[in-house]
Amino acid sequence: MPTDTATRWLPADSRRGVWRRALIVWAVAAVIALLQRAFDPVHHPLGQALLYSYAISTAIWALTDPLRIVLRRWLHLQAPHYWALNARTVPYLLVAVVLGYGIGVSLGDAFTGRSTWALLQGSPGRFWAVLLWSLGISAGFLFFFYHREKAHALEKLATETRLKLLESQLEPHMLFNTLANLRVLIGVDPARATAMLDQLNDYLRATLAASRREGSHTLALEFQRLRDYLGLMSVRMGERLRCTLDLPDELATHPVPPLLLQPLVENAIRHGLEPSVAGGDITVSARGVNGQLLITVQDTGVGFDGPQHPGFGLTQVRERLATAYGPQARLDCTSAAGQGTLVTLTLPLQATPA
Amino acid sequence: MNATALIAEDEPLLAAALQAELARAWPQLQIVATVGHGAAAVEQALALRPQVLFLDIRMPGQNGLEAAAELADEWPADQAFPAIVFVTAYDQYALQAFDAQAVDYLLKPVQAERLARTVQRVQALLAQRASVPANAPADSPLETTLAQLRVLLAPAAPARAEPLRVIQAGVGQQIRLVPVDEVIVFEAADKYVRVLTADSELLIRTPLKELLPQLDASVFWQVHRGTVVRASAIHSVQRDEAGRLSLQLRQRPERWPVSRLYAPRFRAM
Repeated sequence: MPTDTATRWLPADSRRGVWRRALIVWAVAAVIALLQRAFDPVHHPLGQALLYSYAISTAIWALTDPLRIVLRRWLHLQAPHYWALNARTVPYLLVAVVLGYGIGVSLGDAFTGRSTWALLQGSPGRFWAVLLWSLGISAGFLFFFYHREKAHALEKLATETRLKLLESQLEPHMLFNTLANLRVLIGVDPARATAMLDQLNDYLRATLAASRREGSHTLALEFQRLRDYLGLMSVRMGERLRCTLDLPDELATHPVPPLLLQPLVENAIRHGLEPSVAGGDITVSARGVNGQLLITVQDTGVGFDGPQHPGFGLTQVRERLATAYGPQARLDCTSAAGQGTLVTLTLPLQATPA
Repeated sequence: MNATALIAEDEPLLAAALQAELARAWPQLQIVATVGHGAAAVEQALALRPQVLFLDIRMPGQNGLEAAAELADEWPADQAFPAIVFVTAYDQYALQAFDAQAVDYLLKPVQAERLARTVQRVQALLAQRASVPANAPADSPLETTLAQLRVLLAPAAPARAEPLRVIQAGVGQQIRLVPVDEVIVFEAADKYVRVLTADSELLIRTPLKELLPQLDASVFWQVHRGTVVRASAIHSVQRDEAGRLSLQLRQRPERWPVSRLYAPRFRAM
């Protein structure tokens, strides 16, 4: 089936970009031909200038753009990062540009009956000038497209991460169960209902704020957000949830990215304590050791054996650590079935995150 | 109308609230037990035989649907199966299934008007059952519950692209590899899954729930909540006096019970 073949050669999500770039390339090819005609009408009658310009640009485009995606497996390219530069794509692009130039010139020669290669003997200066111009323009295009695609991919990724973060924190089960509890409390214990509503209010406000901006706030505030969340959860889980938050005074003003710990505590509840009939303890603590800030989130829930399949929560925390601290920060996770899970964050002490 | 009920709900406030709402909507209903997880629900329901069960779907350990499936198997044949009302905060998939089956469920927060409708429905069901002779063959609540569970417990997602080909089981210091093609039965046993071939038995830690999506559903049939067998290895199916089915396999001596949930699989062509 034709559509199947097309999908296999060029994935659907890459096709529009390929054609869009072809249109840009052809538009610029026309401009180049017109410029050549304007400045040097003797060597470049319009028809010939257009022919060479289109033959060369189309050949280079075909080799560097659609063919690059067709060869994505060999080039170690993964959707959607078809523009990634690596040990194979860089030499590939160089060879493709030169080869594309050769093919384009030969095509032009075939139609006009001239021989561009003969220039090499007659006027080598002109030959090399044309070649260098072509290579320069191609390099400019590749640079431009590469940066455009990269910016596009990064923006898309950031939006997706924000959306997923919001989705995981406003998980409908959590929200509706919390509202159900709130409804009950309004009838039987209005004072506790008010306190719970305040916690929910702060939790939602913090979640929405954190999904919109990066930056940092103090560990004291971070722990206060955890207290809100754990407060909501302990109304729901009753005696099944016991929690301890331990933040030494000297670390209270230490900066951290907002809601960095939230997904870890949520994981501890969702995957550790909620599935456990008896429930358990959650301990979150921070300490400064040897110039490093160690933050641990420990639960005594169901745990797991063997390698975990990292879910969105852990992946997201790792990515945020890498963005804020680079290689200076680390996340370690150990767990044993029936004994619980321990997640340790290691950050540089007293460094303002970027 | 007098009746007995059990509430299974892991959130204590919500359990108390449901009980209070029920006291208003159905004063003669006696709550014989309130439990916080699925396994306790099964145990208490079998011990106390209430007529109505309110089961939260998401509970620790065994969830509400699994508890209902186990009850459908364990419930004594001479006793009427309880009317089950599922309670959930948010389960889009489950709600669609309930709507399709027109069986009752409650959404949290439970609202008085909605609860009153549920109570009417359950009362009508119990009254209808009281009016037919005790030895009537069709046990409609059981059949409705089973039909409903068949939809709800069916794997939500299609099997993963990469099917499992080899089972890796730790035996002492070594890892034994067994091709899935040789496996005849997967059976859940405590924290392990027993993997049986014609002549060997291994234990693995991957839960049956996680194995199932990796198995070809046309090759391996789930016949019980804890048993998955190779369809081509089944020799015969037998029905006992109580109407329960059990399997005889070609290469294994044991008999394997078939859950009522999966019984419709076995019909003469």
